[in-house]
Order: sequence, then structure tokens, then C-alpha cells
Amino acid sequence: MYAVRQWSVRNARGLEWLYSKFAATLLRLHPLFERVGYGRLEAPVASLERRLKGFMFDCHMCGQCALRATGMSCPMNCPKSLRNGPCGGVRPDGHCEVEPAMRCVWVEAWNGARRMREGDIISDIHNPVDHRLGETSSWLRVTREQSLAVETDSDWTG
Amino acid sequence: MNAVMTSDAVHSSGKLEAVLRQGHFAVTAETSPPDAADPTVVLDRVAPLKGVADAVNVTDGAGARAHMSAIACAAILAREGYQPVLQFTARDRNRLALQGDLVGAGALGIHNILCLFGDDPRSGDQPDAMPVFDLDTAGILSTAKGLRKGAYPGGRRVSPPPALFIGAADAPRPLDDNWKPDGLRAKIDAGADFFQTQYCFDMDVLRAYMARLGDEGITERAFFLIGIGPIASAKSARYMNENLFGVHIPELLVKRLESAKDQRAEGRAICAELLQELREIDGVSGAHLMAPKQEASIAQVIEESGVLAAR
Amino acid sequence: MAGGSRTPMNPDHPLPGHSSAGRLERVLRAGRFAVTAELNPPDSADPREAYERALVLAEVCDAINATDASGANTHMSSLGICALLTNAGYAPVMQISCRDRNRIAIQGDVLGAAALGVSNILCLTGDGVQAGDQPGAKPVFDLDGISLLETIRIMRDEGRFLSGRKLTVRPQVFLGAAANPFAPPYDYRPLRLATKVAAGAQFVQTQYCFDVPRLERYMDQVRDRGLHERCFILVGVGPLASARAARWIRSNVPGVHIPDPVIARLEHAEKPKLEGKQICIELIQQIREIKGIAGVHLMAYRQEELVSEIIGESGVLDDRHPQSHHKRSHKVQNIRTAT
Repeated sequence: MYAVRQWSVRNARGLEWLYSKFAATLLRLHPLFERVGYGRLEAPVASLERRLKGFMFDCHMCGQCALRATGMSCPMNCPKSLRNGPCGGVRPDGHCEVEPAMRCVWVEAWNGARRMREGDIISDIHNPVDHRLGETSSWLRVTREQSLAVETDSDWTG
Repeated sequence: MNAVMTSDAVHSSGKLEAVLRQGHFAVTAETSPPDAADPTVVLDRVAPLKGVADAVNVTDGAGARAHMSAIACAAILAREGYQPVLQFTARDRNRLALQGDLVGAGALGIHNILCLFGDDPRSGDQPDAMPVFDLDTAGILSTAKGLRKGAYPGGRRVSPPPALFIGAADAPRPLDDNWKPDGLRAKIDAGADFFQTQYCFDMDVLRAYMARLGDEGITERAFFLIGIGPIASAKSARYMNENLFGVHIPELLVKRLESAKDQRAEGRAICAELLQELREIDGVSGAHLMAPKQEASIAQVIEESGVLAAR
Repeated sequence: MAGGSRTPMNPDHPLPGHSSAGRLERVLRAGRFAVTAELNPPDSADPREAYERALVLAEVCDAINATDASGANTHMSSLGICALLTNAGYAPVMQISCRDRNRIAIQGDVLGAAALGVSNILCLTGDGVQAGDQPGAKPVFDLDGISLLETIRIMRDEGRFLSGRKLTVRPQVFLGAAANPFAPPYDYRPLRLATKVAAGAQFVQTQYCFDVPRLERYMDQVRDRGLHERCFILVGVGPLASARAARWIRSNVPGVHIPDPVIARLEHAEKPKLEGKQICIELIQQIREIKGIAGVHLMAYRQEELVSEIIGESGVLDDRHPQSHHKRSHKVQNIRTAT
């Protein structure tokens, strides 16, 4: 919801802290996940993720969550789904070129990042979307990959 | 023997259309753009076909893999006096990009286009790419036809319009009794002037197919160029039978290859014979020769078949 | 042949330290103030349209931008225009927008452009489809401006596609990006330029500048970060035909900021068109004085005939004659006009 996702950006620092605790917890649960089977967990976890993040961030379940690097403002809400925004068309009032009633997702991202401890990562170069990952759970994927110590971020360029 | 065309309007100033409308048997070939930012690579590849094929298809991201873009490759060919058939797929470009390239093609001396759907990105080496498919094949065909009449879909004029000879793909196959050529009709209505088909090595199947198309009035409305090629070996024949959907190489031909001393030469000989046979089938206007990276082989086959000598 | 894409239009290989064999890079690296301009893309299958439009600009431009469905309105594609221009001896800048093509098509167009003799590529995100006359088109945005820069840099410097597959001949191109210091978030724009430079931008062309103080504030931060030494910055300028035209641009072209005093000047002018031209000349002269600016980029929508006069009267070229040494031959072999 629009109002809620703006709240999330305003409270980016708190959410940053919360997420880091959450991610650490998931990592500790990795052995359990492996025993149950990541495949079996996919459907229920993805469903939970969709509902929770949908409410808090208007998440689109791209499967490669970037919230931590975008000031808690989901880049998929951008009509151009920019992973490296903003574009040059931002209106003088900070609203979106394509949807004038909406605040630019990346103006919001910049505001959120400024509040966060590690907000600087907003100016890293972020990978383009892998379209095969849509509707999959980022939580599970990141947990599994970090547990197996596989590089998640830099491999899109081959 | 070629069917009588009900429409005699000439759309392009290209050689392919002229040859077809004069009732000659046309021969087209195919080349794939290279992975090089260099025009000489393109020209070296197609050189054997100069003066041999009536037109040369340039594939567009075949197998969902990136290569030099088809329009650039076709522009290089046109600059050097070739007659390209520029392939457009719906997979990688939305309608704005397709329209821009169609207008560009017209200005670059590219007379022929072939409109295709395109393989899903997952089948190639860039599976993370976004599948666009803004338009389907009929959409590309009607866009091209509309541009040829002088307007973008939004209504703005293009003047002078691109003079394009428009093609689509087909696949000859065994038909059941209640089959109707709705798909082909839709493509023709949308704008297709000619079809190039997938490989068809089974002349009996082809005769039956073309006879049905003739009955349905399809061959009066569009030219058909049948896909064939020089098969490299018995092994590759079997591979194609097992893996290429819709392709059937008759056992007789496979056996011929198997028992040949020089399988490659036998494959060329078979292709040359098929070319001669195609010329005699009602409704068939030409052949489209495809063999990845074997442009020289194709040129040899065309010459050995003698099909162009009759002109 | 190894190394370069030798075409009739790029007989030279890149000079040492250069990415391309093109004239724009040579001019910029020699420290001269560069001039580029935007070509009005044709809606015509007659190549002479493109040549005539380029001719008007070429006498004052080090390179000519071929836009690609700018404002989401279709015309001849940028690659198509570039193919025509290189064949006739002009030096284009091909524009690639992320809106209409996915990464497979884009990589293909980069190779094709380089093979056709294009030395300069400008990477853009692209206006939304809602801005144009076919708002039902599907917006692609598979890549964005920054991942597009990275992609082409990888092709040029690592000789491979994103998939890892090797290129047999690399595209030798001078890479650029668009920048807009005049749209929010203002504080973030210099940082965004830094990201673009890190991704591969060697030059930028900015959106229209009508607010020199804002540009100066931006350039202060840009210079603090040393970005002006890593990237050539060309500032966008253009003549406004009237107060009405200015208001229209302000409302319809995304990201353009025109301060009220400029519009007022046009409103009160006896001859608005002349006033608009004068404003443009003044802006160019002021922009030239700012440290770190490497050139100007003229966008004279529907007034392309003014470009030559404006540049001439502004004096920025000193005694240079950009493209006049190219043989202006429109008798192009083997390209047949569509009839």
C-alpha cells in the first residue's frame, strides 16, 4: 500500500536493523530448511513473503530483493523498473515522469538510504533483473546461497 | 510450376519479388550474423552466394542468442549489392523498435522481410533476458503492411513509405482431413506476400500439403519457398529427425547417406535432386536453403542442381 | 583483421589511449570545446531525407546524435539512421534507449553499429511509453542506463557478451550517457554521474540547461569528485521559439526545467524567435566559462537550421571546421532509394 511503503522509507533505519536480525535468524535455520527441503518450503514461504512485503513495500516478488540497497523503496514500483535509478524524467516536485500522482521511487530510495547505516550501497551498480526468478522467494534463495557461500551479486555479467 | 497470382501489385523493387512474379523458380539462402564488430566477417561468409541466390536471409537472434543484429548485417549486405531478407522476431523488440527498424530497412535498400515469433530466451545462452513479445507474428506483419501503405499504427505518415516484400514462416507436414489453413490465411490477411518454410525433405508429404493449399486457394495468394538443405551426414540426419520438431528426413535418404563413400557430397547431391523435384511441384515457387555456416555448400548445391539455368 | 573494425568510414585505428577511431573522442581528448547536435529523425524510406538533415548540422558538429524513438514516438531507428550517415561520411552518435529492446537485441545493435562504422554510443534509460503516440506499447527496460553502460563496456574491454560467449572482433566505441542535473533529487545527481562513470561513461550529454546557477552548483560537486577529469561533460542547449513553445516543452518533455525569467523574456520580446536564439547563444557563452565543461549539445527541435548560426555567433568553435573535410558525397554506392 502506498502510504505504508512511504512509512517504510521513513523508517528505513529501523527496518534495516530488523532485516539484519531476520536474515541472521534465517541463516541459523538453514540446516532445518535443508532437512525439510528448500523445494517444499518454496510455496508457503513465498506466499508469506508476498503478503508481508506486499503490505510493507508493495513488493512485486521479483525474486531478487534489493530493498536493503534502495533505502527500503522497492525499485519494481518504478514504471521503468529501474534497478539503477532515478531516470532523468523526475518532475520538479519529485514525482514520477510516468505516474505523476506517485512520488518517484528513487527519490524515496535516496531519502531512505540517507537514513540507513549502510545506505551508501545505493550508489553501487545493481544487476539487471533475471526474469526467470519472478514469484520465487528471495528469503529462501539468499539464505541458501549465503549458507553455501556462493557469490550472489556479481555473476550476472558471466 | 508456379501458381497464378491473383494480386499483381508489385510492392518492392527487389529481385526476389521480380523473379517470383515473373513465374521463375526462386532460390534463397540463409546466413547468420557473426559475433564480430566487423563488416568483412559478414561479407566473407556470404561471398560464395554472390550472384547465385536470389536473396539471402539474415537471421535475427537465432536460438535466442545474441549476435550482430540482423538489420546491421543486412545493411552491410545491401551496401555490397546483395538482396537480403531481413528477419524480424517478436522476442527482443517492442512495437516501437520494430517500426523504427522497418523504416530503416526501407531506406537501407533492404527489400524483403520475414516476420517470425522467435524462440523463448530460455532456449539460448541469455535465459535471464526479458521476453518482449509485445506483438505476435500477425502484429509484425500488419505493422509492416501498414508502414508500406505509409503510416505508423498511431496514424503519423511515413513518406515515401518503405517498399517491402513481406514474408512469414510455415511448416509443411502431414495433414488430417478436417485441417483448415486458418493460420496461413490470417498471416496472408495480415500482410504476408510469401512464405519460407521449415525443412521439408519428404516430397510426398510436401505434394499432399501443397495440393491442399492449392484447393484452399492459398497458393494463389502467396508464394511458397520450401526449406531444404545439404545434410552433412547420416548421423546429422538422424539427429535432426530426433531433435528438430516437425522435420522428417525419409529413411530412404538416410540410408543413401549411410552407404555413401563421401557422405557430405551425397548430402549435396540429394539436395540438388530435391531442388529439381521441387521445381515440378504445383504451388511451389522456390526453395529456401539453410545450412548453418555452410554458405559455400549451398552455393555448390544451387549450381549443381541447374535450377537457375532455366531462366 | 585483428583489432579494429575497419570500415570505409573509419580508416584509422583508435589512437593510443582512445577507445574509438572517431572524431568526437579525438576532439575531446585534444582539449577542444566540442559541439554535438541532435538530428531530427526522418519518417521516410528515402535516404536523402537523412542526408539533407545531417548536412545542415555537419558544418558545426563534431558528431551528430541519431535519437531513437525519442519521447516514445517512432521514427527511423537510430541504428538505421547511423547506417545511412556512416555510409555518407558523417560521424553519428548512436543512441540506445532501454525502453524498446531487451539485452539480446541491444548487444546485437552494438556489434552492428560498430561494424557499420559508428564510433560513439549514448546510453539512455528512455522516456516512458506514455509520452508517445502509441501508449499501448510494452515498455521493456530489461536493462537500465547504468547496466547498459556496463554491458557495452564489457563487450568492448573484455570482448564478450553478457552470457560469456566470446566476440571475435570487439566494438571500438566511445561510450556516453545522458545526465540531468536539472531534475530531482538534485543532491544525488553528482553521485549518479559517478556511478555512470564507474559503469563506463566516458562522456555525458545533459538535458537542456536554462538555469546556469544550478549547473554551476552541480559542477562544483562534480569537480570536487574529480569527475570532470574522467568524463567529458557536454551541456544540452537549444533555442526556444516562443513563450508558448517553452511552456509546452516544460509540460511535455520529461525532465526539462525552464525558469520563469526565461519564459518572461520570451513573452516580452518583440521577436520571440530571435530572442530565443539570443538566449541560447548567451547560455552557450556562459556555459563555456564553467570549469570542467567540455562542450555543448544542441537540441533544436524543429529549428535545426538555426544550429549553424547559433554556434557560429557564439564563437565556441574558434577557427575549427568540424566535418567539412569529409567528402560530402550523397551518391552512395549500392543503396537504392525505395520507389
